[in-house]
Amino acid sequence: MIKGKNENTDYLDIDNHKIRDAFKELPDSIKIEMLKKMYQIRHFETQTEQFIIKGQIHGTCHLYVGEEATAVGAVYALNKDDYITSTHRGHGHCIAKGADLKIMMAELLGKATGYCKGKGGSMHIADITTGNLGANGIVGGSIDIATGAALTCKMKYKDRIVACFFGDGAANRGNFHGALNLASIWDLPIIYICENNQYGMSMPVKESFNIAKISDRKLSYNMEGLTIDGNNIIEVYNTVRHFTDYCRNGAGPVLIECLTYRWKGHSKSDAQVYRTKEEVKAWIEKDPIIRYKKALIEEGIITEKQDAEIEAGVKEEMEQSNKFAEDSPFPDPSQVQEDVYA
Amino acid sequence: MQNKREITYLEAIREAMQQMMRKNPDVFLIGEDVAEYGGAFGVSVGMLEEFGKDRVINSPISEDALVGVAAGSAVTGMRPIVEIMFSDFITIAMDEIANQAAKIRYMFGGKATVPMVLRTAGGGGTGAAGQHSQSLEALVAHIPGLKVVMPSSPYDAKGLLVSAIEDDNPVIFIEHKLLYKNKKYIGHVPEEVYSIPLGQGDIKRDGKDITVVATSFMVKKALETAEALNQEQGISCEIIDPRTIRPLDIDLILESVEKTGRLACIEEACGFGGFMGEVAAQVAEKGFDFLDAPIKRISGKDCPVPYSLVLENEMIPSHERIKEGILSIFKNA
Repeated sequence: MIKGKNENTDYLDIDNHKIRDAFKELPDSIKIEMLKKMYQIRHFETQTEQFIIKGQIHGTCHLYVGEEATAVGAVYALNKDDYITSTHRGHGHCIAKGADLKIMMAELLGKATGYCKGKGGSMHIADITTGNLGANGIVGGSIDIATGAALTCKMKYKDRIVACFFGDGAANRGNFHGALNLASIWDLPIIYICENNQYGMSMPVKESFNIAKISDRKLSYNMEGLTIDGNNIIEVYNTVRHFTDYCRNGAGPVLIECLTYRWKGHSKSDAQVYRTKEEVKAWIEKDPIIRYKKALIEEGIITEKQDAEIEAGVKEEMEQSNKFAEDSPFPDPSQVQEDVYA
Repeated sequence: MQNKREITYLEAIREAMQQMMRKNPDVFLIGEDVAEYGGAFGVSVGMLEEFGKDRVINSPISEDALVGVAAGSAVTGMRPIVEIMFSDFITIAMDEIANQAAKIRYMFGGKATVPMVLRTAGGGGTGAAGQHSQSLEALVAHIPGLKVVMPSSPYDAKGLLVSAIEDDNPVIFIEHKLLYKNKKYIGHVPEEVYSIPLGQGDIKRDGKDITVVATSFMVKKALETAEALNQEQGISCEIIDPRTIRPLDIDLILESVEKTGRLACIEEACGFGGFMGEVAAQVAEKGFDFLDAPIKRISGKDCPVPYSLVLENEMIPSHERIKEGILSIFKNA
């Protein structure tokens, strides 16, 4: 299932880079946990959509369905104390980094028990304790925040690195240039992970870029970079894992473009007139979860039955999370001006 | 002699940074031309030599990324001082200031702090025209989550900057170009580290007939005008410098207005939507009964800061305009 795999060595050829097959060395328990995380994201988002339909979510949400391999593959390649920054489409990164589903769902429902006590909602969930420096409602808004975290790593926490997730749309923001340039001149330990899901809201990548690969922008910053299959969790894991060593050794920033696709509309108000049903269907056939599940079954790591049990377990966990979120109280209105200042 | 030491505003700011950087390894300075050049106005001259390039960091011209980087480093445990050369350029970094730094703590439910200071040079009077002379304090003071400081003296500059660096919130620290090196405005500054709480105004001149609230360089013009008014007209002005415009020490202003019954508000910024409108509104809401005359604002005229000295002098409140404005309050009474 891995393109360009050379059976004779432990190295893979990915976009003209020699990448060590670190995935193969992972214990089965971790490989299975990665599948579980993908299911958690899928079912969290499916449930979120249900809450949107039922009118229980006050604001909007941007669903990560179809992109699970990128968040889980990348985050599992990091150390626990490494930092991430996320995007407006941030539930997947948050879950991958270890967030509690019930506290996340409580935030989406605007409850006092949520990650942000109901003050942030879907676009602002952060969990500093797990190194998640937060989702961001501004496209590209986290790129320089992440770069600043990488500066902290260089100055203070020398064994830590940062993974900065952002979308294709963010790569055209001015601060993308500013931040990548700073990271480059200062050799900061950061992996910029561009999730190219083909559209910035309705604007197709093919109309918003005049280059073949977004990762080609590495040339402007004398930076390592490559474009990979973001729907192949093994490829994502191996590539990011390879470059975590590179960054930790002080070799500076990296730009990885993950090709993927969002199955759902941009937000809850998207009629999706800018793309065809056939295109969506073609990408759904590249479902990252089914691909990974099949690979694990082929390698004898799990059986069909075990896979079904894992998914059933996640659904059960979602039921409990939904109940917690729905049963939780709303914030007391008197708290509205708390937390403005430290 | 040590207690009488007098230094410039610029030297006071530099000393606060140096002393805080010696005290806390997490504090660092980052900005355009802050290293060898010593900053566009020379505030950080000598700091590279003492602290090295890892803590006095030169940045390319990327204000937006720079402020975002400062915010990101602050969230993860550093205490950056970011210098933005001219306060006009904060508009380039407005997303990072307004949407990121100011809101991170609240949006994350109080689970993060952003201990950063953004130092910048504001104000006109230098012939630098529309993009290098503005007084944009109202833009930032409007945003909950930010603190905004505008010192008018060397003593205040040092003590307030120490507090700003120690504060766990993003602080916008607006310096005035005309105060930096002007020997006329040197003042006593203790050598030891001291702090002035953010949110505590100061009575710069005691008086009984009228309360004059002024900020930054306008404090100096107000003081000079007050002397003239006292000598020429026998009018006694009480001059209050809020020092931090957010949080605002409105109680100090109200106490003074209760005593004098009159209020003039002086600011260099354009009047429309300006900070002194907030002062006037709060006094009208909370101290209307104290007032014996309508409140008067004396502000920058509502146009961009012009280039020609004749026009610039017309736009920025002059001693004459301040004097006329104060006198008009007595005529109305």
